[in-house]
Amino acid sequence: MELVSDEQLSEWIWRGVRGTAAGAVSLLLGVLTIPLFVLSVVSLALCLVPGLGQVVLPLTTGLVRARADLERRRSAQRGVLIARPYAPRPSKGLPGGWRRFRWILQDVATWRDFAWLLPGGIIAIVLGALSLALPVYGFEGIFLIPLWVWLGGAWYGYGAIWPIEDLGDGFLSLPQGAVILGLALFAAPWFRFAEAWFAKLFLAPTRAAELRLRVTELTETRADTVDAQAAELRRIERDLHDGAQARLSSLGMTIGLAEELMERDPAAARKLLAEARDTSNTALIELRALVRGIHPPVLAERGLDGAVRALALSLPLPTAVDGGVPGRLETPVESASYFVVAEALANVVKHSAATTAWVSLRHESGLLMLMVGDDGRGGADPYRGTGLRGIERRLAAFDGTMSLSSPPGGPTVVTMELPCVLSSPKTSPSSGTA
Amino acid sequence: MRVVIAEDLALLRDGLTRILEAFEFKVVAGVDNGPALLPALIEHRPDVAVVDVRLPPTFTDEGLQAAIAARTEVPGMPILVLSQHVEPLYARELLTDRTGGIGYLLKDRVSNVAQFVDAVRRVAAGGTALDPEVVSQLLARREPLAVLTAREREVLGQMAEGRSNAAIAGKLFVTEKAVSKHINNIFTKLGMPPSDDDNRRVLAVLAYLNG
Repeated sequence: MELVSDEQLSEWIWRGVRGTAAGAVSLLLGVLTIPLFVLSVVSLALCLVPGLGQVVLPLTTGLVRARADLERRRSAQRGVLIARPYAPRPSKGLPGGWRRFRWILQDVATWRDFAWLLPGGIIAIVLGALSLALPVYGFEGIFLIPLWVWLGGAWYGYGAIWPIEDLGDGFLSLPQGAVILGLALFAAPWFRFAEAWFAKLFLAPTRAAELRLRVTELTETRADTVDAQAAELRRIERDLHDGAQARLSSLGMTIGLAEELMERDPAAARKLLAEARDTSNTALIELRALVRGIHPPVLAERGLDGAVRALALSLPLPTAVDGGVPGRLETPVESASYFVVAEALANVVKHSAATTAWVSLRHESGLLMLMVGDDGRGGADPYRGTGLRGIERRLAAFDGTMSLSSPPGGPTVVTMELPCVLSSPKTSPSSGTA
Repeated sequence: MRVVIAEDLALLRDGLTRILEAFEFKVVAGVDNGPALLPALIEHRPDVAVVDVRLPPTFTDEGLQAAIAARTEVPGMPILVLSQHVEPLYARELLTDRTGGIGYLLKDRVSNVAQFVDAVRRVAAGGTALDPEVVSQLLARREPLAVLTAREREVLGQMAEGRSNAAIAGKLFVTEKAVSKHINNIFTKLGMPPSDDDNRRVLAVLAYLNG
């Protein structure tokens, strides 16, 4: 019986090789980090000279932050995510000015970066050097016989055997070398992982910084949400003003006129009344369209499931809906979810040239996952149109995210996720009647 | 003819009652909430019921649910569903029991009294009356029922709205004979076995909704 398949073995070897290559980079970066540490110490010392620190320290900090950011990116590749902890740059203040200087000095992340430089550099050098030395030594063991013959000296030794006296001893170095090489390949990814974890201790935001970043993010999404809401209200106001409201006033006038004519010219009055009925119908049609845009009635009646199914039925291309949401979502989340799916499907209809589309709804452990896909031409770019940006904005208000996969030639899949809880099937009253 | 009305707004309920009584219907019960509707339908077994989709206490789709439940209990009970908006999805749900006697109209249609009363009578007689809005929403889709010609789809749409052959002929400016030929083609293409014409019409409309 085979314990590991060829694919698993080659995958394992590749991981080791990649880890070793990254080890070489670590070694190089570690060596470069030491002078950066010296530079930081000198810059801090220069702060004692009035006026000089203001100029030098921001420059040094720029370099240190670039180095730290590089380490954060490298750690992310190892699966250790480290958020950027720095306080936002003050909007006022010139380079070399007092404000910038204070912004850097007061940020605890600055000092944590500085503190990381020396130990981080040493660890990178040690682990990087080990990652390179181990496989080299392993290869040496494997190729020892020719080396030994070539060097022709009994002075040569390897592993546990030192020195090598004869050819028999020489052969024993081969399995030793193989084991060491295997060990090296196994250890290299773990060394990188250890570096990443060590970096995280220093380079990740503190709890306070995390909260500050969260506040910044919330302030941004709140501003977006408020803007979007205001724009939406303006649109509704305009639609009502130019549509239903105008029609209702003309309706009143028509009926008043018919009242006047009732005695004198019943035929004309009858015509006016018929006209009034047409106007009221048009007003109702417009109101219905408007209501659909604000909160589709079928969403209020059936929840996300039913509303998405009803939407799929009305699309010009066959659209399959699978999965579902047991129970009802909070109304704002339900509405946002519906509109992001509707927007994604509208994009399919407008841009994809697809012949079929699909929607998948899932709710698992407090996360609602919505996927919209099509078999169209792909190549969707979130930065070209407003549709996908709109989806992102709507989701952001609920801490939701969107990701897009759309290679040229298709297929396109939009995945939208937002955290939310379910309530039991809805029983609370909402306003309005059908 | 005996009618049960379910509508939560008193003004509209009275309006419907007045219109129907003016045309010699007898309103045996006027219900204003969801939970009371199903018992009323079962108790009175009306010749036709006029039901609002959205009713108290939850204001979701309890009218529709009660209508479907009543028809499980009393198969083929004629029910005309009214709503502020129409969804092909709901029309499909109403018709899935494959018996006729179903109407699904926008509330706006009540303002054309003669046509509305006509629709109520048609539903009571076991026919269908789907709102033109449902039909136009279906037509907006790309090639529903690709086996049918454009003309046949048009005829089927008219059939879904509940028009008779004569009415369809008048609407499409063709002879009644041409209409019945189209209808026979529709039945054949959709694989409807020969049976009574009313039932086949319901099945064809259902196929149309499932498109």
